[in-house]
Amino acid sequence: MNEKVRMEGIFKRFPGVIANDGVDLDIREGEIHALLGENGAGKTTLMCVLAGIYSPDAGTIRIDGEKALIRSPRDAIHAGIGMVHQHFMLVAPYSVAENVTLGLNKPRFLLNERKLEAEVGKVAQSFGIQVDPHAKIWQLSVGEQQRVEILKSLYRGAKILILDEPTAVLTPQEVRELFATLRQMAKAGHTLVIISHKLEEVMSLSDRISIMRKGKRIATVNTKDTNPTELARLMVGREMLFELHKEKATPGDEVLSFCNLHALSDKGLPALRDISLSVRSKEIVGIAGVAGNGQRELAEVITGLRSATSGKVLVNGKDVTNNSPRQVIDQGVAHIPEDRKGAGTAPNLCVLDNLMLKCYRVEPFKNGPLLNLGRIREFAAKLVKQFQISTPSLETPVKLLSGGNVQKLILAREIATFSELMIAVHPTRGLDVGATEDVHQMLLEQRSKGAAILLISEDLDELLALSDRIDVIYEGKFMGEVPADADQIETIGLMMAGKKGEIQQPVPAGIRAQA
Amino acid sequence: MSIFLEKRAQSSRLLSALAPLLAIILALLMGAIIIALSGTNPWEAYREMFVGAFGSGYALSETMVKTIPLILCSLGVGIAFRATLWNIGAEGQLYMGAFAAGGIALAFPQGQGWWLIPLMVLASLVGGALWGLIPGLLKAKLNVNEIITSLLLNYVAILWFQYWIYGPWKDPLGYGFPYTAPFGEGAWLPTLAGTRIHLGLAFAVLAALFLYFLLKSTRVGYEIRIIGENPQAARYAGMNIPGAILLVFAISGGLAGLAGMGEISGVIHRLQPAISPGFGYTAIIIAWLARFNPWLTIAVSFLFGGLLVGGYSLRAFGLSDSLVLILQGLILFLLLGGDILTRYRLRWKGGRA
Repeated sequence: MNEKVRMEGIFKRFPGVIANDGVDLDIREGEIHALLGENGAGKTTLMCVLAGIYSPDAGTIRIDGEKALIRSPRDAIHAGIGMVHQHFMLVAPYSVAENVTLGLNKPRFLLNERKLEAEVGKVAQSFGIQVDPHAKIWQLSVGEQQRVEILKSLYRGAKILILDEPTAVLTPQEVRELFATLRQMAKAGHTLVIISHKLEEVMSLSDRISIMRKGKRIATVNTKDTNPTELARLMVGREMLFELHKEKATPGDEVLSFCNLHALSDKGLPALRDISLSVRSKEIVGIAGVAGNGQRELAEVITGLRSATSGKVLVNGKDVTNNSPRQVIDQGVAHIPEDRKGAGTAPNLCVLDNLMLKCYRVEPFKNGPLLNLGRIREFAAKLVKQFQISTPSLETPVKLLSGGNVQKLILAREIATFSELMIAVHPTRGLDVGATEDVHQMLLEQRSKGAAILLISEDLDELLALSDRIDVIYEGKFMGEVPADADQIETIGLMMAGKKGEIQQPVPAGIRAQA
Repeated sequence: MSIFLEKRAQSSRLLSALAPLLAIILALLMGAIIIALSGTNPWEAYREMFVGAFGSGYALSETMVKTIPLILCSLGVGIAFRATLWNIGAEGQLYMGAFAAGGIALAFPQGQGWWLIPLMVLASLVGGALWGLIPGLLKAKLNVNEIITSLLLNYVAILWFQYWIYGPWKDPLGYGFPYTAPFGEGAWLPTLAGTRIHLGLAFAVLAALFLYFLLKSTRVGYEIRIIGENPQAARYAGMNIPGAILLVFAISGGLAGLAGMGEISGVIHRLQPAISPGFGYTAIIIAWLARFNPWLTIAVSFLFGGLLVGGYSLRAFGLSDSLVLILQGLILFLLLGGDILTRYRLRWKGGRA
């Protein structure tokens, strides 16, 4: 097969983060090439560079061996590149034919709808895409809208088609139809790039797979020569950086338990399907899994930020299912959220304001309707010192702190204001080695002080180093539970890829007693 | 060759401090072009405006009279902006405050008691707050866009106000003119000797103090700041966001209502179809220029009061005082444009390589 696209040394920096760090990638003509990686690995950025949406800070793109200058989506279309985004870019009240021809300046003046529809219909047919050119976009299902997006690219003469997480919003039937269409297109000589973090999907559809991690391409493998376990390992990485001293767990009473929990994702699809678990004091239970398999939803349901559609959550034996975040916090539940700057802090406000986020409404920090600013200041100064948050002053806006210091601030606040249970989601994502170690030490310290900790992470090494036992989540279900031993890596990898583990999850004692 | 915007890693502090100043200067320059095109020397026109607004004791006192409602409305709009709530409805809330206070004044034409003014103040606060709570409730409970609802309710409020003046409250002794009867003197706000500056000025300063204290030292003020900066963090911290939205709209509307009371009780002394040259809209620009800071709001309001009063001097040149509105519009436009440049930088990408 000929080389269709070659990207060399693609470098793209966004303020504060390097999204693509010198990425080389070659894509062959007529293949289905999967781009696999965690959220934030830089897959979408790389493809947006190819599609002319971002211009790279450095690097070159060759198409059919010739250097191509792609500085806008228009240039990309000209070079035969089309991209179907995760969020469709369609005009809802317009017809399929109108959407497909939108912006083409054709017809130039008078719109002959019937002729246009016939033409679009013919093109659709030639690619085996089933869609009614006359239908309005709002009448179509999500799967059909996606077909319109694909058709839009093909109609513009795209020979290289990029699809960003194309199955994220589809039902299993629609996924099957989509894959059939894509295979047919590849057979007809089109080159396809699929961005995904779903292992099964990549295994069943692609010819070759490139794995990205932290802005770099880690490897490219032939699909038939690999397996999901290897892919999972490549995705999450395996860098043992330091040794932690961890004492043997001596679990106490059950603090958190949930049973038969169900919840929906933001898109309204099932995100948690019937999961049960219990966490006792003085233990850390890890949740492993590839991102997007329900981890975020699980943390949100426990902390009251998302409602469960069925099932129960108990904290210290008290039913907190679908309580408000305030009620859950009042139960002594701390939460290190996935998104430090998005939810965990208000970046424009100062260190003081952010440290008081959870305690401002309780004694002794409140004074009737007023704030006891003197007390709060004392408290904040103590935390900054105790947790070694390096900040010029308490008045410094949090956005000026490094990621590690922001995370220490969140940990300090959560540890200082909670007592019994901590939900930690990706607590060291994006942190450097030193900060990671600090955060790990803090979590272990809390464990020995008697906290129950639920640790959700993508980093297998972190999970193995900190947890006492690990549950693997896949498509919203627990695949099984293993002790946190390094020799369990193979089993965990298999379960992360959706293969059932040997050990079945036990039903939490508290819930059994209640039932 | 193409120009594009690139996000700055940190917004430029120097630029964000200079942006309001540059916006005003640029707006004055553009205004000068318009004045020149209509055949007047812009320099003379501006000088006349300045003298008209700040050039004498009388001018200063008149500017201060206009400043009072501007401060109150801008503080109201500003506290909403702090919570990233866009209350465009100060004008309507001002009218509803005036309606409520005016109703009280008309109900006690002979009223001489000490209680009449406090009662009118209270009525105006409640009237403005209730009117503000309509978009507030819709926003808090149903997430309806408050920009649209608060803006459109302005027209409703003004027409409602005018209905009463053309109808039930029309002065029977007024020869058919659309006025209510004059208020009894007990319903007049006291004024500073020899000027029209009324007690509303004290209300305005007190309101600024109140907001400063609210934001700095109270729990709910802290919640408003967090919600304004990052609603997700507020939700994560378990804050009652709908409750805070309602409170902010009530305060915002109440302050605008109080501005309306000041106008009818301190300046006009009866109700007439128009009681505001768009104080509620100008307040949006002031709040933005003052970056929602209560003290800066007072200073900027004074400048805009001067702009309004100075605008009347333009008539001497045969120019319409609507030039003032043009200048206000230009300032806001340039200010918003300037804000983009503080957060993004312009970059040029070279031609075909």
